[in-house]
Amino acid sequence: MVSVKLDKVSKYFGKVKAVDDVTLYIRDGEFVTLLGPSGCGKTTTLLMIAGIYKPTKGRIYFDDIDVTDIPPKDRNVGMVFQSYALYPHMTVYNNIAFPLKLKKLPKNEIDKKVREVAKLLKIDHLLDRKPSQLSGGQQQRVALARALVKEPDVLLLDEPLSNLDALLRVYMRAELKRLQKTLGITAIYVTHDQIEALSMSDRIVVMNNGRIQQTGTPDEIYSKPSNTFVASFIGTPPMNLIPCRVIDGKTLECLGFKYVFKDEIAEKILNEHKEVYFGIRPEDIVITNKDNGDAEATILVVEPIGKDLVITIQLEEEHTIKILAPPSINLKPGDKIYLKFKKEKIHLFDKKTGQRIEYIIKKGEE
Amino acid sequence: MSKKYIDIKKIKKRILLEKIAKALIVLFVAVIPSIPIWLMYLGLIAQAFSSKVTLGIIPNGFTLKNWRFLWSTIQMGLKKYPNIWPITINSLYLALGTALLVTFVAGLAGYALSRMEFRGRTKMMEFILALHAFPSIVLLIALFVLLNKLGLYGRGFITLTGVMITKAALEAPMGAWIMKGFFDNVPWDIEWAALVDGCNRLTAWRKVILPLVLPGFAAVAVFAFLAGWAEFIMAFTFIREDRWWPLSVMIYHVIGEYKFVDWGFLAALSLFYALPTIIFFVFSQKLLLRIYVGGVKG
Ligand SMILES: Nc1ncnc2c1ncn2[C@@H]1O[C@H](COP(=O)(O)OP(=O)(O)O)[C@@H](O)[C@H]1O
Ligand SMILES: [Mg+2]
Repeated sequence: MVSVKLDKVSKYFGKVKAVDDVTLYIRDGEFVTLLGPSGCGKTTTLLMIAGIYKPTKGRIYFDDIDVTDIPPKDRNVGMVFQSYALYPHMTVYNNIAFPLKLKKLPKNEIDKKVREVAKLLKIDHLLDRKPSQLSGGQQQRVALARALVKEPDVLLLDEPLSNLDALLRVYMRAELKRLQKTLGITAIYVTHDQIEALSMSDRIVVMNNGRIQQTGTPDEIYSKPSNTFVASFIGTPPMNLIPCRVIDGKTLECLGFKYVFKDEIAEKILNEHKEVYFGIRPEDIVITNKDNGDAEATILVVEPIGKDLVITIQLEEEHTIKILAPPSINLKPGDKIYLKFKKEKIHLFDKKTGQRIEYIIKKGEE
Repeated sequence: MSKKYIDIKKIKKRILLEKIAKALIVLFVAVIPSIPIWLMYLGLIAQAFSSKVTLGIIPNGFTLKNWRFLWSTIQMGLKKYPNIWPITINSLYLALGTALLVTFVAGLAGYALSRMEFRGRTKMMEFILALHAFPSIVLLIALFVLLNKLGLYGRGFITLTGVMITKAALEAPMGAWIMKGFFDNVPWDIEWAALVDGCNRLTAWRKVILPLVLPGFAAVAVFAFLAGWAEFIMAFTFIREDRWWPLSVMIYHVIGEYKFVDWGFLAALSLFYALPTIIFFVFSQKLLLRIYVGGVKG
């Protein structure tokens, strides 16, 4: 097992900057997820780590060894492609045995390893089939078996669950995570599904337009998004961002309401910004009465999503936000409600740069 | 709800009408035009195996006399024809050589056109298609001059080889085009997976890509073989000694040189000549269908 380091890595396709100045350190045995919308450069990053693409700029290290110029076959990585990329002309057995045959291992050893990994992934009854005779879930397991059988130092997974149905996907999440921890393998996982990232990763790397937006544990990414992109990408539904003007250090004039901070430090920092986004997650807004409310709003849509209700409400003009509420609440579109924002869960972002404004709330306020 | 409901009878009637219409179209487009062709083939077979034929296709008296060219030399009037077997070998040499050359060139060129980025790639592909539009007869005079200058005109075996190379050159562009389609159908992911699994580019080609495009190679080889087998005009123009004729040229001479034509002999010889084509189409039908249906199936 190895650690992986990307040092100022860029990949350009002509004028397209698919990956732009990415620096990243992945510890030995860590499960790191590259998370971002489609086309943000996740696959390109993975292919550079595998050695398929050569970086336009920057270096890649496995432990302390510079592997930038080493071909894929000498890197000892295992990769699961989004399409699975099984060899259609080979049986499942030969698909899995392929990497070992190339290593010229003795036949009985190959056989032992193939059967072992097939058993681990519960595909030992499928070894004689061709890939075209398998379901999506089975193909995915074969692809995983083929990646694991050569005992790679790094396991690369490119959206391996995206072609599976919802139920299987949830099951495989836990399964993959368990497998990675038992094998102690360094894993780099690519997905555009934030729930997958939050539930599986030791650390998440959020990417957009080829650049890293934030690196951190799922908790850090969720509770301290470093900019508006991360804030609006993570969460179901994602964070509400309400544009506001800073009136004085204490007061924000937002769409539909005024918000007053009772905190001196916030005041000092806020004075450095003219316009900000007031960020609040749907679950951090409570419905309350007129006297306790920070803002007044009208209900537009009520959607049940199982355990909770997602309520879309209108603050002012066209600006809508979403809140989560327990289903016991009896509300219908058109109703007027009052909202209370949980004070310690308020995020502020500079409107121009989109960057998070770090401020501290003193304990015992209010 | 409105009172509309599905009228099963009406739908059944429509389906029946559609079926009849389809059958009629097939009859007029495919069956009727091919009747004369089938009649001709039947006539050919009848001629080849009977001593006398009435009305073109009704055989009369079974005989193998028409096939005597297989075991003896044929003489007509003063003209003595060369033995059939060396001639057959010439044709085989021409066809197999063409197939081999075309497959080799088309494989490499198709891979390059499909997989490699280089300047002028699109222009080159257009040019290749344009090349294929030239029939070899257009090149005949230029080739004649060329071969003459090189001292290859009328030089027996060497000239036959020259014809083979020229034929291959004419067939290779289309082969490259077909192979490009097959390589296009192999996803990059599969090639990359092979590289990650421990192949270098060459072994990835041999162990993963080649097996997937094998049907393409087979198709190109079959087409090139048949083209080489059918080649006439260049062989006819450039090869002077009858010892080095291919079968097509021999058939021409059997028809052409005498007012008197032995139809039975000609029919048998033609059937003999058509044999490889028939065999290939019987055995490669599935393959050819698969190619037109859409290349490699995963
Ligand atoms: N081989 C290529 N040639 C040109 N552009 C490419 C190539 N591969 C990827 N790109 C571009 O680079 C960007 C990132 O692609 P990719 O890494 O596949 O994104 P993701 O996997 O995050 O969806 C996209 O804009 C894509 O169009
Ligand atoms: Mg991708």
